[in-house]
Amino acid sequence: MTPASSVLLLTTLTGFGYGLLAWLGIFCAAGALPESPWFGPVAVVIALGFAGAGLVASTLHLGRKERAWRAFSQWRSSWLSREGVAAVATNLPALGFAVSWAALGAGANLTVAFGLVAAAMALGTVFCTAMIYACLKPIRQWHNRFTAPLYLVFAAFSGAALLAALLGVWTGAAAGGTAGASALVVVFAIGAGVAKAAYWRFIDAQGPLATLASATGLGSFGTVRALDRPHFTENYVLREMGYQIARRHAARLRRIVLVLAFAAPAVLAALALAGAMPAVAAPLAALLAGIGLFAERWLFFAEATHVSAIYYGRAV
Amino acid sequence: MTSLPQSQPGARRLGLVIDLDTCVGCHACAVNCKEWNTEGHHAPLPDYDPHGADPDGVWFNRIHSYEAEGSGGCGKTVNFPRSCLHCENPLCVTVCPTGASYKRAEDGIVLVNTDICIGCKLCSWACPYGAREFDEHDGVMKKCTLCIDRIYNESLPEAEREPACVATCPSRARHFGDLADPESRVSKLVAERGGVDLMAELGYRPTNKYLPPRQTRIETRPVEMPASAPGGLGGALLALVDKVLSR
Amino acid sequence: MPEDRIAYHAPVGDEVAHTTCYMCACRCGIKVHLKDGKLRYIEGNRDHPINRGVLCAKGSAGIMSVTSPARLRAPLKRVGPRGAGEFEEIGWDEAMAIATARLAGIRASDPHRLAFFTGRDQSQSLTGHFARMFGTMNFAAHGGFCSVNMAAAGLYSVGGAFWEFGEPDWNHAKLFLLFGVAEDHDSNPIKLGLAKLKERGAKIVSVNPVRTGYSAIADEFVGITPGTDGLFIMALIHCLLAEGAVDTAFLVRYTNAHHLVIDVPGEADHGLFARDAEGAALAFDRKAGALARADATGTDPALLGTFTLPDGRRARPSFALLAERYAAAEYAPEAVEARCGIAATTIRRLAAEIAEIAFRQPVTIEQAWTDTDGRRHETMTGRPVAMHAMRGISAHSNGFHTCRALHVLQMLIGAVDTPGSWRYKSPHPKPIPPGPGPAGRAHDGRGALTGNVLGFPTSPEDLLVDDAGEPLRLDRAFSWEAPLGIHGMMHMAIAEAHAAGRARVDTLFLYMANMAWNSAMNPGETTRMLTDRDADGEYRIPFVIVADAFESETVAYADLVLPDTTYLERYDCISLLDRPIGSAHGPADAIRVPVLKPDRDVRPFQDVLIDLAGRLGLPDFAEAPGKPLYSSYADYMVRHQRKPGVGPLAGFRGADGTVFGRGEPNPEQISRYIANKGFARYDLPLEQLYYKHANRAYLTGAKEMGLIDDDSQIVLNLYSEHLQKFRLAAEGHGAVRPPERLRARVARFMDPLPIWYEPIEQTMTDMKQFPLHAITQRPMSMYHSWGSHNAWLRQIHSENRLYVHRDLAAAQGLEDDDWVEVVSRTGRLKCQIRIMDGVNPHTVWTWNAIGRRSGAVALAQDAPEAVRGFLLNHVISEYLPAGDDGARLSNSDPVTGQAAWFDLTVRLEPCEPETIAETQPRMAPVALTTKGAGQ
Ligand SMILES: Nc1nc2c(c(=O)[nH]1)N[C@H]1C(S)=C(S)[C@@H](COP(=O)(O)OP(=O)(O)OC[C@H]3O[C@@H](n4cnc5c(=O)[nH]c(N)nc54)[C@H](O)[C@@H]3O)O[C@H]1N2
Ligand SMILES: Nc1nc2c(c(=O)[nH]1)N[C@H]1C(S)=C(S)[C@@H](COP(=O)(O)OP(=O)(O)OC[C@H]3O[C@@H](n4cnc5c(=O)[nH]c(N)nc54)[C@H](O)[C@@H]3O)O[C@H]1N2
Ligand code: SF4
Ligand code: SF4
Ligand code: SF4
Ligand code: SF4
Ligand code: SF4
Ligand SMILES: [Mo]
Repeated sequence: MTPASSVLLLTTLTGFGYGLLAWLGIFCAAGALPESPWFGPVAVVIALGFAGAGLVASTLHLGRKERAWRAFSQWRSSWLSREGVAAVATNLPALGFAVSWAALGAGANLTVAFGLVAAAMALGTVFCTAMIYACLKPIRQWHNRFTAPLYLVFAAFSGAALLAALLGVWTGAAAGGTAGASALVVVFAIGAGVAKAAYWRFIDAQGPLATLASATGLGSFGTVRALDRPHFTENYVLREMGYQIARRHAARLRRIVLVLAFAAPAVLAALALAGAMPAVAAPLAALLAGIGLFAERWLFFAEATHVSAIYYGRAV
Repeated sequence: MTSLPQSQPGARRLGLVIDLDTCVGCHACAVNCKEWNTEGHHAPLPDYDPHGADPDGVWFNRIHSYEAEGSGGCGKTVNFPRSCLHCENPLCVTVCPTGASYKRAEDGIVLVNTDICIGCKLCSWACPYGAREFDEHDGVMKKCTLCIDRIYNESLPEAEREPACVATCPSRARHFGDLADPESRVSKLVAERGGVDLMAELGYRPTNKYLPPRQTRIETRPVEMPASAPGGLGGALLALVDKVLSR
Repeated sequence: MPEDRIAYHAPVGDEVAHTTCYMCACRCGIKVHLKDGKLRYIEGNRDHPINRGVLCAKGSAGIMSVTSPARLRAPLKRVGPRGAGEFEEIGWDEAMAIATARLAGIRASDPHRLAFFTGRDQSQSLTGHFARMFGTMNFAAHGGFCSVNMAAAGLYSVGGAFWEFGEPDWNHAKLFLLFGVAEDHDSNPIKLGLAKLKERGAKIVSVNPVRTGYSAIADEFVGITPGTDGLFIMALIHCLLAEGAVDTAFLVRYTNAHHLVIDVPGEADHGLFARDAEGAALAFDRKAGALARADATGTDPALLGTFTLPDGRRARPSFALLAERYAAAEYAPEAVEARCGIAATTIRRLAAEIAEIAFRQPVTIEQAWTDTDGRRHETMTGRPVAMHAMRGISAHSNGFHTCRALHVLQMLIGAVDTPGSWRYKSPHPKPIPPGPGPAGRAHDGRGALTGNVLGFPTSPEDLLVDDAGEPLRLDRAFSWEAPLGIHGMMHMAIAEAHAAGRARVDTLFLYMANMAWNSAMNPGETTRMLTDRDADGEYRIPFVIVADAFESETVAYADLVLPDTTYLERYDCISLLDRPIGSAHGPADAIRVPVLKPDRDVRPFQDVLIDLAGRLGLPDFAEAPGKPLYSSYADYMVRHQRKPGVGPLAGFRGADGTVFGRGEPNPEQISRYIANKGFARYDLPLEQLYYKHANRAYLTGAKEMGLIDDDSQIVLNLYSEHLQKFRLAAEGHGAVRPPERLRARVARFMDPLPIWYEPIEQTMTDMKQFPLHAITQRPMSMYHSWGSHNAWLRQIHSENRLYVHRDLAAAQGLEDDDWVEVVSRTGRLKCQIRIMDGVNPHTVWTWNAIGRRSGAVALAQDAPEAVRGFLLNHVISEYLPAGDDGARLSNSDPVTGQAAWFDLTVRLEPCEPETIAETQPRMAPVALTTKGAGQ
């Protein structure tokens, strides 16, 4: 599948945003966040900012942006529609959380309740996003049991990184929440890295969804090879879904992702945990995670093959 | 409504049966399809850079050719038209967030309502057959309409109410009809000729069927040849020519 | 949610017109829908006899040609150097004045100095008549580089031809043999026919080096090595003879198999038929044990044996000569299998299948008929083995004889115009040959030639040669180099005009032929000749007029451009005097009517030609210079009479418009055609549908209709006495003899029975250096160079590849899309390859005429057609290597002058990986720049 930057931004940024929102709710319930009446609202605005930016970016690739609102109508059947609905809905508890925090304080039951609901809905939204890809049968690299969990793990990881950065800057100290968040970053970085490696091993071992023989119904004639294409020049299907990435190129990128997205942030978070300039280490960890995950998302598309390309004699 | 319609009893399943045994790969169906549809239900079918370095355009029907392992190291060439198969279980419909992509309950035709399509392209990702084409000018998705504006068009004589590609196919390799009715000509063809589903393993349950190539043989009886006579002429010939002729 | 709006009632358009497609030469009927005066939709005319409602890719794309940016917009006068494409737009008055002055001058001095060549021309009855009335013998249409081998072999053997004048009996054939056909002129009819065969479960065998298109759906594919079909066919004959699978009854009744051939080598009439005092050919009647007229009935003619003539000389039935030749061991399957690339067992099996179907599974139709001897037959029984062949056979220098061998095979099994076999397309059969020799030597009082420019020589006296035996015609047709060059030799026109110089050619007038590109053997040389100047700085070919509708490569080389309309903007007629739409079911013809008004300053070429003839005062076109007889082509179509009662259109003749064929002109004729959806047909009664060559009712009817002048039996020429006459001249008999240098050649190739010989170019080429056969095929969705400016068709064929067998690719370390140099004895070109399995291992091929010269037909200069698309023509030559005497013969069939496109052999040289990804040669871009009037 041809990586479209708008979609890459969408999935990465919403990961950070909703991840952060989820952790805010949980940390708040655990009383691990700064008491300041400002922290909650500021953190929520940052979270929604990231998520919002992602959602806006996603509309950029629409052929008819002005009709985007129509996308909310099919929540009964379409994960894309559900994502939209969930994203909008999540704003309510999130805002409630912020307001109640500012008005009643971080410890207030209402605040905690709002926080936990927002957390649940944030993860739900991430799940919907994941399912948009996971439900696409023609793309074996997406339509599998890894896709949804991975999206959630990445959201948790990037959210934690963002939270650690926020706390690091806010408190300047490695104590309390910062420590907790940094610890989570380490844990999820390792977890996410391992999961992604497992995913790669899985798709490398996966057989093709179909053969040219089954795609043409000519199986009984032995192996089938493409001779001539309908048209010489590239068409929509090939531009959109015929993307092919060289094995070597992919392998190199995979290494970069492992280092940038997971290893480096883990190390930096560990430093922050150890008290070494948390105000610098934690944000840096988040930044690297961001870049790394963007690359990871690019690969997620580039390595995905669409079965329709088989008609053009391309490997799927 | 992009939830799939409940299959109603007696509902028709209109579709195409494509005979790979007679398709010569002439592209007539593809071009006539474009000609009809560029002012048809999904009008227009744009062309990009039509006289330039990289000509491309929207086509609802494209003709591939393949080689299957033939006898004696000589490949069997098979021409292969590919268009929307109007699947019974079309993910292209259920993934659509707007309801623009839909399947008709009455005849199973899968269409796009281009008035509400937002051009998110998800349906094309959901189609394993690469049958959907994006109109870069209008920013909406388009596809084979099964010539819905012909097959029901009362302004056309009864006989002409068939898809453009079927009407135009010079080697009569395309057949149109109701595949839900076991008595229909197309259903019978599929039964007799062992029509197949493309990529059945994906479970989309295509309505369109493809008839595999055949091979007609002639059984010859062994011929006994009398020993040849001087002059190299076969005895059989001499015997034949001996017979009395009448001019 | 807004409902999807579906038009269940919308009419297609607001206007409908019926006319004839011209996106190729197949002549399908089309129904054109207009909406608000614009083209909306073109579909097949369901009532039309040719296409019955179907329409091919090209026809469906016609809508895009009519709006193509490549259309010429106004008459053009060259202002820059020839070939630079610098023109000035001028008005029609000026254009006509220039042409008239030029041609008047030529006609007054030496009319033969006008060389008028037309290409994909469907109005040859007009263009040919123009040439005749003008008085030039230098006229021809595309047949010479197209398929004259098929036409000549057929017309000189069976009085019809695979090319245009025959068709398989799709409704009854059980075995169909297809030789060397990718598409053919009958594009849609053949596809409709194949569908019928498939429906009935008949077996289709395709003999072809390449397995695409029709060959792809064939039940059996015979991947023959190019140029060897003759051997293969003779091996089939060898087997059939050995098995005694021969229809002797058919032979004695309908062919000259029993005619006695004088067998006295060295004598002036050796090899001719023994004749009685009245000149009637003789046979030996075994019943009476004596000689008898070969056409006598009730006899028992001998087919073998040697007999003594009254004058004591020996004579033998022609069949005996034939049987002896093909029974020889050299034609045994085992002897030919290696050469043909077909296993002997396959050849034997195919022969057995032919015998099985022909003799054990005949088709009988319950329909009585009466033959030319007055014998009534209760049924029509036939041999359901049908055959069709085209350029795979004709485009070789041994094509004439190969095609004749195929007709001989048909005759031997009695499969000519019988149920289930190959059938004549009306207006055929015609006498063998159909008409008198070519005109050219004499002009009548009106300055017109005394006969048709393209005729049918039957003896050396008919040739157009001077006393030294050298060609009179520019293109060498009807000379000893090509005695039966009945379509002319268009591929030689420019080269010979250049060679001959100003003394012999003043004006080269080209219509509808892209002769500076895809119909040139070697476009590089051709364009050089077109721009070559003599010492005095004048162009060696003084004046070039091109009539085209689009900005083709050739237009750039014109001094005067006459812009034509597109096919939807003019009247036209598909006439019985040319290549009509008749079928085995009867004669038919059709018209074109203007559906759109031209939006630019162009005129239908036929109108222009008639106008020109009027201004020149040509007989039959004008009473006197400036006093034209016809106001337009439409007027000519209705009022012109070639013979009393016979005109361009056969339908709706006579005062009341009820006559088909011979009848008074009918002023209402065109409106009657329009009312009848653009065509007229006459359905033959059932008793006339088969055995037309000997069917009394058919022949008398055809004579009345004006299709033929003589209604006696057409005796099929198993043995060709006509050819023997030329051979005798070469052996030193008669007054008109070939020049010394051609004697042996003529003697060898004018054999009265089919022979096979290695394609001539290959005998003069080091086959170790150039071991691969290189051929082209017609793409079904592109018509020569017509479609590359068509926005839809060019998306299908925007470039082409050289197809190479997998093993060959492996041997040369080649992969898909690798660049290679294709090297022939005369040149090299660079292109990309594609690997395939379904091709003869010693053969490479590509689609014809996809490559375009940069800038042609208004495409971007970096269009794929020009950057990666290529023409095989760049490595072909119109001349053979010079012989020992230094003379260069044309690269053509020695009997008919058919261009031998497919004799080409090459080798492949892989390019370095870092090679520039561009085809070679890439000639300088042609780009028309027009200043003046319009702008
Ligand atoms: N290598 C190779 N070369 C071949 C062949 C091959 O098999 N292999 N085949 C040969 C054969 S059989 C043939 S017939 C020739 C064909 O070759 P040509 O006779 O040159 O025919 P085309 O390329 O079809 O185009 C002739 C011209 O007709 C013009 N034209 C199109 N429509 C109209 C119209 O309505 N009016 C006018 N006035 N002009 C129009 C086109 O623009 C084009 O310039 O090619 C020959 N060349
Ligand atoms: N779509 C379309 N239709 C056309 C045309 C077009 O350009 N496009 N051109 C028209 C014209 S002008 C003509 S003349 C006709 C020609 O129609 P065809 O006769 O079909 O002409 P080609 O495509 O040259 O076909 C030559 C075929 O013979 C095969 N062949 C080559 N050498 C040999 C051989 O030695 N033996 C055998 N058995 N086969 C051989 C080639 O592989 C090819 O399949 O088509 C007409 N119809
Ligand atoms: S029109 Fe018929 S024969 Fe031609 S490509 Fe289409 S299906 Fe095949
Ligand atoms: S072929 Fe593709 S577009 Fe057509 S219904 Fe099936 S899935 Fe949908
Ligand atoms: S592109 Fe249009 S039809 Fe396809 S899924 Fe998106 S909105 Fe639906
Ligand atoms: S049914 Fe109509 S839209 Fe579909 S491929 Fe055929 S012509 Fe095109
Ligand atoms: S074959 Fe095609 S292009 Fe040729 S006349 Fe018929 S419809 Fe037109
Ligand atoms: Mo031709």
